[in-house]
Amino acid sequence: MSGEALLTSRFDEGVLALTAGGAWTARNAGELERLLEAQREDAGAAKSISIDMSGVREFDSFGAWLLERLTREWQAEGGKLTVERLPEQDHGLLAEIRQVNQTPREQPRRSTPLLDGLARFGRGGASVLDDTAEFANMLGAISVAGFRVLGRIRNFRLTSLVNQLDRVAWHAIPIIVLITLLIGGIIAQQGIFHFRRFGAEDYAIDLVGVLVIREVGVLIVAIMVAGRSGSSYTAELGSMMMREEIDALRTMGFNPVEVLMLPRVLALTLALPVLTFIGSMAALLGGGIVAWVYGGMSPDIYIARLSDILTVDHFKVGMIKAPFMGLAIGIVACAQAMKVKGSAESLGLQTTISVVKSIFLVIVLDGFFAIFFASIGI
Amino acid sequence: MAEPIIIAKDLEVSFGNNTVLDGLSLSVPRGEILGVVGASGSGKSVLLRTLIGLVAKTRGSVSVLGVDQDSASEEEWQAVERRWGVLFQRGALFSSLTVLQNIQFLMRETLDISQELMDEVAMAKLEMVGLTPADATKFPSELSGGMTKRAALARALSIDPEIVFLDEPTSGLDPISAGELDELIKTLQKTLGLTVFMVTHDLESLYAICDRVAAIADGKIVADGPISTMLKAKHPWVKAYFRGQRGNLLAAQREQPAL
Repeated sequence: MSGEALLTSRFDEGVLALTAGGAWTARNAGELERLLEAQREDAGAAKSISIDMSGVREFDSFGAWLLERLTREWQAEGGKLTVERLPEQDHGLLAEIRQVNQTPREQPRRSTPLLDGLARFGRGGASVLDDTAEFANMLGAISVAGFRVLGRIRNFRLTSLVNQLDRVAWHAIPIIVLITLLIGGIIAQQGIFHFRRFGAEDYAIDLVGVLVIREVGVLIVAIMVAGRSGSSYTAELGSMMMREEIDALRTMGFNPVEVLMLPRVLALTLALPVLTFIGSMAALLGGGIVAWVYGGMSPDIYIARLSDILTVDHFKVGMIKAPFMGLAIGIVACAQAMKVKGSAESLGLQTTISVVKSIFLVIVLDGFFAIFFASIGI
Repeated sequence: MAEPIIIAKDLEVSFGNNTVLDGLSLSVPRGEILGVVGASGSGKSVLLRTLIGLVAKTRGSVSVLGVDQDSASEEEWQAVERRWGVLFQRGALFSSLTVLQNIQFLMRETLDISQELMDEVAMAKLEMVGLTPADATKFPSELSGGMTKRAALARALSIDPEIVFLDEPTSGLDPISAGELDELIKTLQKTLGLTVFMVTHDLESLYAICDRVAAIADGKIVADGPISTMLKAKHPWVKAYFRGQRGNLLAAQREQPAL
């Protein structure tokens, strides 16, 4: 703080004389606010107030507003405040400030926790319906675009599809192989460890085979693809949405669903079965390695046992789910991207929601398939 | 002449093999409105970004408010940064905050004042730049181009800086809004005693509010002085700019103020 007092006061015979000094600037605004607040009590008894501004060396819009606020507060109470000897160069600023904030601001409505909670609950419920509608909407839009493209197949964006396949399938192979290999190994290790107590180590191979081929392979791959490619779709399309690129496409006579989303969703639908197959094989390989190294079963035995227990039905059960999961991930990713608003925050939010929802949906789908396959007996 | 508060000496900035600024020197005295002009890609914005430390220079020195960019400690430089405001070309408002929160951002971080005062001053700034109280709660994505510029200017002025750097403040605005914004900058400069460093393409702004104009070409300042100097300058680009069709119109108006 500067050496000079920002505000001193003298009170006699009903006249409150304030003397201002120093720097009435942003830096001292907090201090000034408190000083002026303290004057209010004295001011209540005063008939008139004057403030001598001649000592003020620096004056900015914070100082000007504080002075103006003081004036207005006094006018409101029927008093009068005279500003004296304001340095010449500061008149313009004060005049400028005099004109602003003339309309009283409306106070924000006070909220009650109960009402807020109810409102949030209601909104949550409504948003579930909205989400379902959005999903159906996007599914419909993509199907329509798909059928339309079938009609004039030459218009189909094959380059884009191949590019997307390269991104979501080809480049995903290393990480998917690595993860599924480890998962297969872990299942085998756990199986052998626990079955050994009953002398039934062989059954660990059944466990690995059936579990990987029917459920775990496709689930792990779908979850990884949702995190890896679904999120990138939402971020990519969302930021195109933010920067009006999608509007630009639309005004040039292109259908964004057909140009951008169809190739992406199709790429995911095609990529997921392939990745599931590769992932399942890698998991079986991982299981085999662990069975050999940790369980002491030779590869010949492992393969013979697998071919005994695995049927084509098991394989079908696993693979048939994959394209549906790919479709679901793609649609959720696109639908969430369309909801991105202008802010960076909403892009992040929608990307998160996209991943969370598609993983949830993948697991729900898997559940439905399990019920379905159980009821038709495979 | 008042003390210079922005000094750039022998500045060189290059990106790879592309030298954008090549031995540029410039100083801006306190309280001046300096307009920097130049062809597209001549390095006007690069100069601005170099002065505020966003672009690294390859040679030369920059000193702002008496603090040298290279020898200053991080805290010293930060203190300098708090004494200027920058208006970016596209506004660069924080997209997840409302307009009012954008304006209050620096107040909240650096000043010890009550929420009430913060609200009032921010609303005052909002009105000073010509926005309405109803715009306070809008998010940047809901603003038009002109409103974004105004809101960004209000944010640049939020804690009454000593210098404002304006990067094309009037570009993309209709002539009326551009004129208003010019007027506003002039008024604020007078009332707040600001020093304004303005990169612009807008001839009318140069005529209307700039005390001095600096023209950049070939990485150097090729002409420097008030408009009258510019009109007499020999450099072909400066000549083409100020004595071109549009430039001549304004020049004629200036020579015959009776019209």
